[in-house]
Amino acid sequence: MNAIEVSQLSVAYEDNLVLHDINLSVPVGKLVGIIGPNGAGKSTLIKAILNQLPNKTGDVEILGHSLDPKNHLVGYVPQRNAVDWDFPTNALDVVLMGRYGHIGLFNRPKAKDREKAMKCLKSVGMGEFANRSIGQLSGGQQQRVFLARALAQEAEIYFMDEPFVGVDAATELTIINILKELKAKGKTVLVVHHDLQTVNDYFDWTVLLNKTIISSGPTRKIFTKENLQQAYGGKLFFMNEKHNEVLAERGGLNAIR
Amino acid sequence: MLSGNLLWVLAGASLLGVASGLIGSFAFLQKQSLVGDAAAHAALPGIAISFLIFQQKDLPLLMLGAIITATISVYLIQGIINRSKLKSDAAIGIVLSVFFGAGIVLLTIVNQSSSGNQSGLNDFIFGKAATMAKSDLVWLSGSALIIILTCLTFYKEWKLVIFDTTFAKGIGLPVNLLRFILTAITVLTIVTGIQAVGVILMSAMLIIPAATARIWSDKLVTMIIMSALFGAFSGACGTLISSLKTGLSTGPIIVITASSLFIFSYIFAPKRGLLVKIQQRRKIAKRVLKQEVQAS
Repeated sequence: MNAIEVSQLSVAYEDNLVLHDINLSVPVGKLVGIIGPNGAGKSTLIKAILNQLPNKTGDVEILGHSLDPKNHLVGYVPQRNAVDWDFPTNALDVVLMGRYGHIGLFNRPKAKDREKAMKCLKSVGMGEFANRSIGQLSGGQQQRVFLARALAQEAEIYFMDEPFVGVDAATELTIINILKELKAKGKTVLVVHHDLQTVNDYFDWTVLLNKTIISSGPTRKIFTKENLQQAYGGKLFFMNEKHNEVLAERGGLNAIR
Repeated sequence: MLSGNLLWVLAGASLLGVASGLIGSFAFLQKQSLVGDAAAHAALPGIAISFLIFQQKDLPLLMLGAIITATISVYLIQGIINRSKLKSDAAIGIVLSVFFGAGIVLLTIVNQSSSGNQSGLNDFIFGKAATMAKSDLVWLSGSALIIILTCLTFYKEWKLVIFDTTFAKGIGLPVNLLRFILTAITVLTIVTGIQAVGVILMSAMLIIPAATARIWSDKLVTMIIMSALFGAFSGACGTLISSLKTGLSTGPIIVITASSLFIFSYIFAPKRGLLVKIQQRRKIAKRVLKQEVQAS
């Protein structure tokens, strides 16, 4: 049984076909990078799998079932800028939201839920910031809080939308270590990712996307120059042709200077 | 001396303050405060139409009319934003002025009709809590209690839906239903409050206590409790002052009380207040100066 089985998925925004004919299988226990140029529909793919979009056709199965929030199979980390960080709440409170699905409608969080939330917060190295209001956290700290919230969901499959954007190096390391731990525990993790240089180090499974699946499979097999050129439409510079080392996306050069 | 009736009115105004302070916090965090303003103005034509149809000043009937037009205005704003290139400020501005204009026209018609002369519907513009009858106060208190209980029931869910809708959907919360209930309760609050506060200034009851509470607190629980208290205090003070001197409308006095609280908080609140901020800036400036002196 696969962790994720997507067939014939298409998504349209008004007249624009953003994703078409997506067929995708991801085995259980993989750390998956979803890679593709800007506008390739990476975030849209995640949202479509999570059934967040209205104009969607096709089938999605999670661990052999159609998506049902009551199963608590799925944890989600949205892009950091998707929420208003001025909201009056503290770090522990946000993590506690990860327990809401288990707590159920109208019930109050119990001491056990608070303990679990605290444990998750500590596991991302944020224990001492539990009572800090979220507006006072740095970008990296906010991202860790989001990760802790997903951990508190105790899911089987985790979806993360650009978790490494705008975070410090220490946070990036913390996050990737936690993702590797999740993988070691047999969980499946899908990450929308931008930085081509770290793909080989971070992910053992890669999905190359540009409106449709260009290629998907074990990273060392499909993370090739040819596939990348196809996904990015020739917009890539290659530093070291021999070793297939990718330098950067054209136009993204400033970022690494 | 407080007369028996005035005590009733004070209790009603305080309850209304608690209700609008609570729901106002959620509207404030949702950045929907101005939609509340439009809905309040849009209640006026509903009141006038209801009076024209039933020819009597029966509060429940007037409230029903107000609920209908206020709800229409909220969804009209949504519709304009979704289906046109207009942003929310323009959509709110258009809907607010059109409904309020229509309300004033209808009110003029009511006032010119023989039965409407003494109707006192004009009081709905600026509010007159002191002249409310006991039966009206029972309605007001009842609906304020409904609002308060609903806020307490949905506290956790509304918090998540407002903070992170996508996540809320992901864990299976009925997001659209929760939003609808929030809108419905906001409209109910407005309609409940207009007799006491008036359609023009009702939105102040939603916005100012919540904005004041936000200055004092970084935690939602504390914020909504404080907002409720500020609302109650403003409501009670406004009613009291306006009843002491005849001829004063309640709405403006409530707004002046609430905004005095806001200004005080803005200057003196710990952590986020103006004085504290100035002090902090001075400290930093001093420290930097010291370091520079030592360095040179």
